[in-house]
Amino acid sequence: MALSNKTKAVLLGPLNKNNPIIVQVLGICSALAVTSKLEPALVMAIAVTIVTAFSNVIISMLRNTIPNRIRIIVQLVVVATLVTLVSEVLKAFAYDVNKQLSVFVGLIVTNCILMGRLEAFALGNGPWPSFLDGIGNGLGYGWILVVIGFVRELLGSGTLLGYPIIPKSFYEAGYQNNGLMMLAPMALLLIGVIIWIHRSQNKELQETA
Amino acid sequence: MEAISLIVRSIFVDNMIFAYFLGMCSFLAVSKNVKTALGLGIAVTFVLSLTVPINYMLENYVLKAGALEWLGEQFAEVDLSVFSLLIFIAVIASFTQLVEMVIERFSPSLYSSLGIFLPLIAVNCSILGGSLFMQQREFADVGIATAYGFGSGIGWLLAIVGMAAVREKLEYSNVPKPLKGLGITFILTGLMALGFMSFAGINI
Repeated sequence: MALSNKTKAVLLGPLNKNNPIIVQVLGICSALAVTSKLEPALVMAIAVTIVTAFSNVIISMLRNTIPNRIRIIVQLVVVATLVTLVSEVLKAFAYDVNKQLSVFVGLIVTNCILMGRLEAFALGNGPWPSFLDGIGNGLGYGWILVVIGFVRELLGSGTLLGYPIIPKSFYEAGYQNNGLMMLAPMALLLIGVIIWIHRSQNKELQETA
Repeated sequence: MEAISLIVRSIFVDNMIFAYFLGMCSFLAVSKNVKTALGLGIAVTFVLSLTVPINYMLENYVLKAGALEWLGEQFAEVDLSVFSLLIFIAVIASFTQLVEMVIERFSPSLYSSLGIFLPLIAVNCSILGGSLFMQQREFADVGIATAYGFGSGIGWLLAIVGMAAVREKLEYSNVPKPLKGLGITFILTGLMALGFMSFAGINI
């Protein structure tokens, strides 16, 4: 099935020009704390993509029946239900990762990406574009997470997904892991650097103020 | 005494923003000037120090495994903890709506100065985060839980006001163009978080 231009824009826009983290500034909350290792970052990215896509579809199907006044509560209930499902699945099949993510799985509920996309897109569009929008934003969120997780795990503990990458001879020659990378603030600094690079490529995104 | 130590710890050591990155979205969006930052900070503290004890009661008398025992013998086995996320967020969302209506009715001037920030609180990660950490840490009684909520709120307030103050001054400095606005804010937050890590050793 060939995708029309509009669908393509909906799906691919969030990966670059309209990225949820570095351009729309959504969903930073739960993003940073899970990126000290690559594996939880990957799991988190997948979980958020799934929840965003399906909550977008559900709200988009309900959009004409929800009274405007209580829509936030309705949205939160739909999202919370999906997140509960995801968290139970994680507990059953990936218990260790679930332990590492701790409260951050639950915090997907208040991840601003979800509410932001529900408000901005799903309430005004049909189920299929909403689904693509959810996938796109989930992936846009995901790749930032994975990049940060990759850098922090590689430099911070010399491993990737738990496998040692830096050869032993390096350590014998005096190389040391950068413990600073494992600390929380480094995630913020890395995002700052990513934004810097991204904005020097995309001049129209630069802020004048 | 335990409560005071917990308040101090949750303000400085376990700061919601600098240690857990919770409430980051509104932190970044609303920290452009000190006055609005202060307003949002107060609202967050208020909601946090009320929803954490409410959710604590719900957790311990309704949701936890065996928590329904006070209803009778046959309920002793019931475990409703699967629903905790749903209940917590429902409490928070309805509570913010309630606070909004009460403030609108009794203090229109405060309402207009907080205005748009009130509904935003429902999706502020630090509020739900507070409840989830409360559940995870299993506090001894409701007073301790309240202290935790209050302390976390004050910590959040401190962080956002400090950030806003720095950003107001930042207007006059010469930041590289691509780094302006969002980028430098992230780096600043990172540096502030590094600063706050120096509190990690204190014991009270």
